[in-house]
Amino acid sequence: MAQVQRIAIMGDEAVALAVKQAKVDLVAAYPITPQTIIVERLSEYVADGELDAAFIQAESEHSALSICVGAALAGARVFTSTCSQGLALMHEIVYAASSMRIPMVMTIVNRSLNAPLNIHCEHGDVMPERDSGWVHLFAANVQEAYDLTFIAFKLSEREDVMLPVSVNLDAFILSHSIESLIPISDEDAARFLPPREYKLALDFDNPITHGTMALPDTYMEFKMQLKEAVERAKSVYPEIVEEYARISGRKYWYFNSYMADDADAVVMVLGSTYGTLKTAARELREKGLKVGVIGLTMFRPFPEEQLVDALKGVRAVVVMDRAYGYGGLGGQLYTDVVGALYRNGIRIPAKNVVFGLGGRDFKLDEAEAILKMAAKGARDGGFDTHVQWWGVRA
Amino acid sequence: MSAPAPAFKTIKDLPREEWFASGHRLCAGCGPGIAARLMLKAIRGPTIIVNPTGCIEVSTTCYPYTAWRVPYVHIAFDNAAAVASGIVEAINVLHRKRGKKLHDVIAFAGDGGTFDIGFQALSGALERGHNMLYICYDNEAYMNTGIQRSGATPLGAATTTSPAGKVIPGKQQRKKDLIGIAVAHGIPYAATSSISHPLDFVNKVRKALEIDGPKVIHVLAPCVPGWGYPTSETVRLARLAVETRYFPIYEVEYGKVKINIRVDAPKPLEEFLKTQRRFAHLFRPENARILEALKKAVEENWERLVKLEESGVTL
Repeated sequence: MAQVQRIAIMGDEAVALAVKQAKVDLVAAYPITPQTIIVERLSEYVADGELDAAFIQAESEHSALSICVGAALAGARVFTSTCSQGLALMHEIVYAASSMRIPMVMTIVNRSLNAPLNIHCEHGDVMPERDSGWVHLFAANVQEAYDLTFIAFKLSEREDVMLPVSVNLDAFILSHSIESLIPISDEDAARFLPPREYKLALDFDNPITHGTMALPDTYMEFKMQLKEAVERAKSVYPEIVEEYARISGRKYWYFNSYMADDADAVVMVLGSTYGTLKTAARELREKGLKVGVIGLTMFRPFPEEQLVDALKGVRAVVVMDRAYGYGGLGGQLYTDVVGALYRNGIRIPAKNVVFGLGGRDFKLDEAEAILKMAAKGARDGGFDTHVQWWGVRA
Repeated sequence: MSAPAPAFKTIKDLPREEWFASGHRLCAGCGPGIAARLMLKAIRGPTIIVNPTGCIEVSTTCYPYTAWRVPYVHIAFDNAAAVASGIVEAINVLHRKRGKKLHDVIAFAGDGGTFDIGFQALSGALERGHNMLYICYDNEAYMNTGIQRSGATPLGAATTTSPAGKVIPGKQQRKKDLIGIAVAHGIPYAATSSISHPLDFVNKVRKALEIDGPKVIHVLAPCVPGWGYPTSETVRLARLAVETRYFPIYEVEYGKVKINIRVDAPKPLEEFLKTQRRFAHLFRPENARILEALKKAVEENWERLVKLEESGVTL
């Protein structure tokens, strides 16, 4: 572990720094708020000769991702970033990228989808890509957004995985916030991520047909292989975070957990809200309320066994979603958690709180209220309702 | 500047290697299949093919088979030019950083994937200036999905979504000027060709590969079921398209127009139209107006090209 200086840096810039240190060969992207700063910085690194890579500003996100897939097939380490409308425009190629087993990393700066037009934080943009076969990681703070970028490349390029990986960070709350960051050294980054090796790269001497048509007699086998690769991403993840811990001193897991071990009630969430809940939980613990918080780092593949294990002894859970599945049973994380509890025989009350859509602020006193709601659910042995939209005017 | 000698003087000069294997699932008499085979006769070394969704893709890459003896990539319908640009730039970077072998990259797309759904990706790639060749094989409609009209379908043609109805007899709009649009990007080379003129086509592909920057070739490739004619007539119809001035063969090199096949005494357009089912309704008296409009459009286009060539203007 080389000595490095702690710095103050904005979330988007921290991601760009990690991508530079990962020595990508090609970046293709299209500007969209609030991810634009990432690609602005990367284009500066390339223009100043600090990063030896091709920087391509595509004429759309659809083309940006298509360029990345083509470049990755040629053997390059590639990166793109987007959010919201841009991700929706990429949707077609998102599915092609995972099924064609394209290693690459995409940062998604989670922002709400139209309509109404809104550029602020929400996880509703990544949810349509939830089932695509990508690995989806979520950062709780700027340090995590930086660290997970390296972990994402490593996971993505493993020969037994070969999948695209997204690193999600909350719009503005993380992308535009200056936080403290301890980077890894360039030498450690190079050791952790040596240049990409790809045996199937496009090569005239070894001609391969990529992206074939498959009829009903073979299509399901392709999809089964995708399913198995996604599951392998989950089983090899501990090795990768262990290796990263050795160079960074920071140990990642499938989720962050704060005082959940002995808690009566747990609140679960994706993204930066973990930090807000953690602060509120600390204060409530001091007042004797046995509450805990879990913030998922890995959302897909879903860490079912690990979460179920963490919830042993917990008597009630509130799952917070910054997105919603309209016409369904609730938010996407909630339905996952409820499904995991049910099929593992854990019959504890579970409530869904839908919050913060379109960037609506979520403050410390609200986090406290939700933790208290969870504790009350544990005491009462149930909740008044399955799903509550938090803080919505009547 | 004198033009270099063409790479191939006679059909016997063409390489014997078949990079496009036989045994694929294209129709008997398929025009695009001829274009694919000829295109690969023109390669000058390591080459990668990018092919969007379409007849060629579904008929040549049905797992576990492939007709491609060169590296081949298909991803989607609308992104051939984008995928090709990613491959070009990745190979440039990897060549510089790690000595990866340089490859020519050719995008080979149908008219639907070029004139319509892949149009934005093509424009973006041409504007960015990647060193790649984009070849559009034009059979003038969406044949893979069952003959629907595209931006390349000519005025009056009947397709399954521009049928020869009692009120609306066939497509009511003219064909998009692909080469005009490509040239407007300021690219070094754009050309038309026809599968009826293999030397013209193969030499243009080779010439384009020798030029640095983005290049576009638009090759006419008749479709047996889409146009409605016997399988034996593909090449004859492609030639008639040229001989009637329906599909002029020209190139635009650094903005200068050159007509490669002068058609001083054109055959009547009816000779090209009359053997095709898609134009059959144009010969009914009530549709004479459309036939005249199509003939006028063909003549106007030819005269426009002659004027551009004679004036020596730089486009």
